[in-house]
Amino acid sequence: MAERILMKGNEAIAEAAIRAGCRHYFGYPITPQTEIAAYMAKKMPKIGGVFLQAESEIASINMVYGAAAAGFRVMTSSSSPGISLKAEGLSYIAGSDVPALVVNVQRGGPGLGGIQPSQSDYFQATKGGGHGDYRMIVLAPASVQEMASLTIKGFDLADKYRMTSMILADGTIGQMMEPITFEDTEITTYDKPWALTGTECRRPHNVVNSLYLKPEELERKNFERYEKYAEIEKNEAMWEDYMMDDAEIVVVAFGIASRVAKNAVATARKEGIKAGLIRPITLWPFPNAAFEAAVSARAFISVELSMGQMIEDVRLATKCDKPVTLCNRAGGMIPSPDEVLTAIRTAWKGEAK
Amino acid sequence: MAVVFEKPKFLTDTPFHYCPGCPHGIIHRLVAEVVDELGVGGKAIGVAPVGCAVMAYDYFACDMIEAPHGRAPAVATGIKRCRPENIVFTYQGDGDLASIGMAETVHAAARNENITVIFVNNAIYGMTGGQMAPTSLPGQVTQTSPYGRDVNHCGWPIRVSEMLATLEGPEYIARVAVNNVKNVKNAKKAIKRAFENQIAGRGFSLVEVVSACPTNWGMTPKAALEWVESDMLPYYPIGVYKDRSAGEEK
Amino acid sequence: MKTTEILIAGFGGQGILFSGKFLAYKGLMEDTQVSWLPSYGPEMRGGTANCNVILSDSPVGSPIITAPDVLIAMNLPSLEKYVGAVLPGGQIYVDSSLIDAKVDREDVEVFYIPATQMAKDEGIGSLANMIIVGHLLENHPELSFSGVAEVVEKLVPPKKAALKELNMKALTLGKDYKSN
Repeated sequence: MAERILMKGNEAIAEAAIRAGCRHYFGYPITPQTEIAAYMAKKMPKIGGVFLQAESEIASINMVYGAAAAGFRVMTSSSSPGISLKAEGLSYIAGSDVPALVVNVQRGGPGLGGIQPSQSDYFQATKGGGHGDYRMIVLAPASVQEMASLTIKGFDLADKYRMTSMILADGTIGQMMEPITFEDTEITTYDKPWALTGTECRRPHNVVNSLYLKPEELERKNFERYEKYAEIEKNEAMWEDYMMDDAEIVVVAFGIASRVAKNAVATARKEGIKAGLIRPITLWPFPNAAFEAAVSARAFISVELSMGQMIEDVRLATKCDKPVTLCNRAGGMIPSPDEVLTAIRTAWKGEAK
Repeated sequence: MAVVFEKPKFLTDTPFHYCPGCPHGIIHRLVAEVVDELGVGGKAIGVAPVGCAVMAYDYFACDMIEAPHGRAPAVATGIKRCRPENIVFTYQGDGDLASIGMAETVHAAARNENITVIFVNNAIYGMTGGQMAPTSLPGQVTQTSPYGRDVNHCGWPIRVSEMLATLEGPEYIARVAVNNVKNVKNAKKAIKRAFENQIAGRGFSLVEVVSACPTNWGMTPKAALEWVESDMLPYYPIGVYKDRSAGEEK
Repeated sequence: MKTTEILIAGFGGQGILFSGKFLAYKGLMEDTQVSWLPSYGPEMRGGTANCNVILSDSPVGSPIITAPDVLIAMNLPSLEKYVGAVLPGGQIYVDSSLIDAKVDREDVEVFYIPATQMAKDEGIGSLANMIIVGHLLENHPELSFSGVAEVVEKLVPPKKAALKELNMKALTLGKDYKSN
């Protein structure tokens, strides 16, 4: 077995990206994700790669756009306020169908907000952020190991579907250290006949573009893209079930919130409460099938580091036929296992609204 | 019969959408002639802006990408850092390069990014119908400065070439014009120099081309070219503002 | 082994994060499950710092410690802030050269070590943290002192080789100190 090493979540993302074949990183410093840039700055020059600190998040996402269009595996990373600045580029990347990996190590908001962990960019990540009809594949790691494995997965999905994969992490997972192993990863490479390589005067020119002045043409492009999205919804949803076999009270949580929730579920089980946890790993596509499989459930609790964003998708996934309550902290605060346990007990007694 | 004039290979067969009398056609052709003469069309990758030249991706016969407004130098940076062996150029207008994209322009120049920038300055936003640009002249009437540009209210036009030439980074900064035959010939020389610099790995080269917008200036094409001479060039003098390798061959 | 949750708190610059890292690496090298979570703030130096280390034989759930088994307090504000959170039956390690106060709890085991003074006397001024870590490893039922040399070897970069000996000296001072 590969050696266990201790690494920060942010560093795990950077190392995994390099192992996934990423040799171009463009970014701009912002807490709490700067370790990614620092790692890349140290490593890239030694392996023939490029680390470039851009003048802004706007410039860095557009460097990513250019590099992706040139056919290379490329990434940028930032934290919440910086992701808002990248929204323009994310929309262009979607409209031009080029693959990219973008990391958001979330902090509290809105505005400059704070620097403590948060999950309040859920809407921005899963419902848009930039303008226009588009989706991003949104992956939510809950451990340092997953920071690595989902980064590798994210690059693969981005190439496979020619779109952005976003790693939606948070300050806690980014800053914490845990043991991690890097198994030898087999990297799939994808043909990119659309890439900007220079024509060598041997083929018609390739154009990477999101402008379609004829509405019929733009509509067709959007419909095509949504056929692709439907395929992703069918094939790529990922989640983890924990004690779900006979669960009546189902806690739903991703990322750091799921770690806290797991403790609470384990304690609840010791008290004889039939609690379980659904941990979405892909936030888009949302793992609706996990909720269809939760046949013994009578109540759901969405545990979030936000004012309640994922809860809307939980309600949709359960078709609003079971009570769904919110157990949350915001602004950089994290719910304690006890707070989650209290919510579980309340639901167990049937007092859930 | 001997062929005495033909379309450069670097231009596609797509007819230009530009207004009658617009010098964009001349500037496109100059870029295309230079690329053909240097024999780098097969290696070229172009970045189109947002603005009148947004559809430049249909006209240049190389691989092309259309950048968000003002971001062309950043997009070009991403491409060039991945494919340093390719010849990467941007083609941008004044709103794109000198207003919304000023940060990207200045920093690409400061990094001496090995790209070629063609900057078309016609002192107006053309595509959106004639609004005030960062380069509109004092007193110039536009849709958003209907009483003439009041410098006390909205500031002074920016001399991009002079400003960039103060930076340590860039290799070559020149301003040319396309309002008469002599100036067109000199413009081509500067554009050629800007591409040769990239081929030689010398770094960031920007050619500011003082152009005209008869439609939005509300002038005939001839009057517009005369206005370039009488009003534009006194504020935006032609010249080479920086040439680090002056005198060196390519 | 059960789960041991260790909270280390003090000023920035006292090596709070490093001592946590040391314990986490020790756990890693002993094949236990570990997590290490730092506080992070805008102040780079001199602010408050704390660090959560969890050692367990099963996968670590939440890496955030709300009720520690072990508290290491390197200054008074940290002791005051966290003394009530320590689980009954837990342990508190106090740097008594920086903290005059006594712990007013009967249900926890308290170790007073004048670590900062000891470090000063021995000319290893910045290693009070490692003296306390040495004392903790010797006195906690779930932890052990053996194997510290390998961890020091792993954690101290080769170009700072002189620090290896000093860290070992600090750890041993802590191990041998009779606090009660």
